[in-house]
Amino acid sequence: MKRLSRLRRHRAAGPILLVFALFTIGTTFQVASAVNSDGPTIASRSATIEEGKQLFLKGCSSCHGINAEGGQIAPSLIGVGAASVDFQVGTGRMPMADMSTQAMRKTPVYNAEEVNALATYVASLAPGPAVPGDEILNYERDGSVANGGELFRTNCAMCHNFAAQGGALTQGKYAPTLMGVEPKHIYEAMITGPQSMPVFSDKTITPAEKLSIIKWIKSAEAEPQLGGVALGRVGPVTEGLLVWTLGIGLLIGVAVWLAMKAR
Amino acid sequence: MTARERIAGNVAGYVDDRTGAAKWMKKNLTKVFPDHWSFLLGEICLYSFVILLLSGTFLTFWFDPSQREVIYDGGYQPLSGLKMSAAYASTLHISFEVRGGLLMRQIHHWAALIFMVGIVVHLLRVYFTGAFRKPREFNWIIGVGLLTLGIVEGFLGYSLPDDLLSGTGIRIAEAIIQALPLVGSYIAFFAFGGAFPGEAFIPRIYTVHVLLLPGIFLALITVHLMLVWYQKHTQFPGPGRTEKNVVGYPLMPVYMAKAGGFFFIVFGVTAFLGAVASINPIWLYGPYTPGQISAGSQPDWYMGWLDGLVRMSPPIETHALGHTISWNILIPGLILPGIMFTGLALYPFIESWATGDKREHHLLDRPRNAPNRTALGVMALTFTIVGLLNGGNDIIATTFHLTINQMMWFSRIGIIVLPPIAFIITKRLCLSLQRADRELVLHGRETGRLVRMPNGEFTEIHEPISAEKAWLLTSHEQIAPLELPELDEAGVRRPSAIKNKLRNRISRATAVAVPKASETERRELEGHH
Amino acid sequence: MSNEIELIKDPGLPAHVHRRADSDPVAATRAERQVAILFILSALGTLLLIVSYIFVKSDKFIFIPIMGKTNLQQLGLGMGMAIALFCIGAGAIHWAKTLMPDEEVIAQRHEFRSDDEDREEFIKTVKAGASAAGLGRRPLIKRTLGAALGLSALTPLLLLRDLGPLPKDNLTKTSWKKGTRLVTDPGDRPIKAEDLEVGAVAQTLPELAPGEERTLNNIGKDAVLLIRLRPEEFNLDAERLSWTYQGIIAFSKICSHMGCAVALYEQQTKHLLCPCHQSTFDVTRAAKVIFGPAARPLPQLAITVDAEGYLVAQQPFTEPVGPSFWERSS
Repeated sequence: MKRLSRLRRHRAAGPILLVFALFTIGTTFQVASAVNSDGPTIASRSATIEEGKQLFLKGCSSCHGINAEGGQIAPSLIGVGAASVDFQVGTGRMPMADMSTQAMRKTPVYNAEEVNALATYVASLAPGPAVPGDEILNYERDGSVANGGELFRTNCAMCHNFAAQGGALTQGKYAPTLMGVEPKHIYEAMITGPQSMPVFSDKTITPAEKLSIIKWIKSAEAEPQLGGVALGRVGPVTEGLLVWTLGIGLLIGVAVWLAMKAR
Repeated sequence: MTARERIAGNVAGYVDDRTGAAKWMKKNLTKVFPDHWSFLLGEICLYSFVILLLSGTFLTFWFDPSQREVIYDGGYQPLSGLKMSAAYASTLHISFEVRGGLLMRQIHHWAALIFMVGIVVHLLRVYFTGAFRKPREFNWIIGVGLLTLGIVEGFLGYSLPDDLLSGTGIRIAEAIIQALPLVGSYIAFFAFGGAFPGEAFIPRIYTVHVLLLPGIFLALITVHLMLVWYQKHTQFPGPGRTEKNVVGYPLMPVYMAKAGGFFFIVFGVTAFLGAVASINPIWLYGPYTPGQISAGSQPDWYMGWLDGLVRMSPPIETHALGHTISWNILIPGLILPGIMFTGLALYPFIESWATGDKREHHLLDRPRNAPNRTALGVMALTFTIVGLLNGGNDIIATTFHLTINQMMWFSRIGIIVLPPIAFIITKRLCLSLQRADRELVLHGRETGRLVRMPNGEFTEIHEPISAEKAWLLTSHEQIAPLELPELDEAGVRRPSAIKNKLRNRISRATAVAVPKASETERRELEGHH
Repeated sequence: MSNEIELIKDPGLPAHVHRRADSDPVAATRAERQVAILFILSALGTLLLIVSYIFVKSDKFIFIPIMGKTNLQQLGLGMGMAIALFCIGAGAIHWAKTLMPDEEVIAQRHEFRSDDEDREEFIKTVKAGASAAGLGRRPLIKRTLGAALGLSALTPLLLLRDLGPLPKDNLTKTSWKKGTRLVTDPGDRPIKAEDLEVGAVAQTLPELAPGEERTLNNIGKDAVLLIRLRPEEFNLDAERLSWTYQGIIAFSKICSHMGCAVALYEQQTKHLLCPCHQSTFDVTRAAKVIFGPAARPLPQLAITVDAEGYLVAQQPFTEPVGPSFWERSS
């Protein structure tokens, strides 16, 4: 038999071919999805949109529809803007695995480039809120902590609690803690109103006011414990718990020692 | 005689010449106090009160009880330039500019929480051991009064800084006042000097919190202690202890050292909490305005059960003839607590009416030997705990991944269903413990060692218990139930027939017990083995 | 044969057990030293407090395991005080337990009841005193005394009348009138209808007249929540629908239950939640109560736009805002 023919019939041929095919597909895919590191030119923007579309079809269309038109279990994404996608996917809320209560912050599945691609694709479907750039997000320069606190307490504390630790909504939903959230995501949440959160229009809370809110949140996050262990910053519930456990526990412990006969 | 003794003698003589103090001092310095750790719980309250007086006085030197508007110009940046009341601003000043100010604020607030915890555990001890029986009924009533006033005093105290959380609490208090039929809106306007929030309320509650209530507390606590002193403290049953004696240690030196030392312990533990645990961080709450609210708004724990009752209330309001009565506020906020505290205060008389027991008692009950009373207490506690849990239902929901709706329904149903279940379980538990005691006396302690008899039978060796333990387990009284007549001698039905029948029923339930072991039975058993 | 059941007898106080320090001088010295160490620790605690007060700056923070970044002065003052106090107490208690006499002492209780003679004497004294006062024989004195005391008891009540004004119609009126503009809280900027997207929420207050000051009393009745939905999402009767403007609806923010601010809006369910007692209101049905203890929906403010497109009130609230009261008719 000819050598090639003999090799073709080797019993390792199948597996080797399979590995080779996978390798080829994989590398081709890697190369094809590599993002251009220069600023987006028109050509590279449409490449990003195309990449985003592919990612979308693969990871999002099963719930959100082939054309992002929405369906039974997921809303339409037409008009939600790049900001919504950047927030939802960037914080790991989407893709949503556990459909029980609400989308939770978790480790993002997509990296920054992929998020950008998805956002650009969705933004291309219809106009919507854009991702705030770094220039807009300079809260240190443009925000006021004190005003931010007032704004936070009037507009945000009723869901997220006075120290941004989060709070309960109805039927098991909750407003999450704002500790450890990127300023960009806070801004995007305010302008897109994800899930139960309402939208905070730029006319009712101006961009400068939004930056003040972010500055206050960051200041609260960085604030060291001024009086001691913070007990969760949720108020009297944990304080009462401490006094009924450690407080009275220590005192009764000493009382028992006091009344015990010495050896 | 040493020089020191001579000087001491002179001083004592000087005082005695003018007051005749030597006689009663001699008697009282040798007064005997029984020693049990649970008798120190009331002292926790007493010492916390002293700590509150001391730390509170410190705070009054800087606190400004005024609601006039000021612009903040102190050191805490996140509030810089904001409008707030002088009360809030002065509290910030105490927290950030006065050295030791935040520590004292925290000690004051922790002491208040410990004071209330102390009152509750002390009340539970007195209740479950039956120490409220004759001759101590009035001391019990004073205690319930101290509990009620303590709740009010604490509420007023944490409302003084005029922050968002406590201001919300005041709003709710105003709504309760406003809901009173006929006079509600008038009393609310008088209390607040006009509409809510006004500018009069904080200065007025300052006077109540700093002058009126502490004065009343001092008077009540003094009478409370004098009664304990004069009537002598109760003691647990045990060998050598009878209704006619007190076994313990003399005031001087042992009790003075232990009780005095315990004051420093309570103060030290409170200071420790004030040092390491943050409480009431008003700078994070922000100044009060009626347009703001925080998720997870609760009162301090001793009012949490009231808040829980209000939360679980069905939305009942009646509108008739142009007037509104808010049952959803009045029932959980005023009527139910009123019934509970009145019942609590009158309990000694209720129990003596139910059992017909009018004698003096100086020996305490072991809770298992009064199953009805113990079960009733656990039932009331269950009711209060369901209320307390519901008061924090939103925080519990987010922590344990439940829903506030589930918590509310659990509480609405639980508060009716769980207390009777708790009663039944507790009563059964007490009777089981009585049975176990009886077994212990009659058969001794199971040692777990098996022995084979010559005839092949396996038995477990029981170690007989000591005479002291046997006495402890059988010294209690088991009162027979009342048998009040319904008919008089001529066979005619008495006017008090129904009352007597009720009393008989109740006292029969109260008298349910496992008969205690006797010497006779023990001897009979000895004959068998 | 006796049918009496013989009960177990009281064996009396158990024999006293001596402590080590009672008999062993070495143990006694050791106990003494332990007490002394506790008192010295207390002194060190006070020293820590003094040093923290004088030398530690109030803006210095250090890292403590479990506690995290903590204020050093606060910690030093507090722990110093805690140690100082606790160790005095522990020392005193240890001293009492190990060194002071611990033999139990028995004292007798005395009967409280006075003997019958004393009781009779007491009753006689009171009766004699009462008849000496002569109230029974002199009804004129008794009646006029009663009247005088009774009237004087009214005085403190009367003197408290100026604690506050009568409510009159204060509870039923707010600052909202026909044409009052809604302005942002905080910021005081008027709002145009197109400023709000669908799903948006705004905290608002009535616009102030020039020179007018806004007090907390005003905010306590005037605070209004503005919400925008899609018009087809409303489930309202014709009148209430006419109080909305292109899907924008306005409610009093003051809870109809006990007055907390109801500002928590769930965009997807269109529910408002009051965090105080968890009353839940359905925005699409004019804030009808669907859960919780509130008995009435939130009052709706009728809104429209003025000539320049800014949102304004059509009329004042048609019912009192906030918690119920006796004089409220609905």
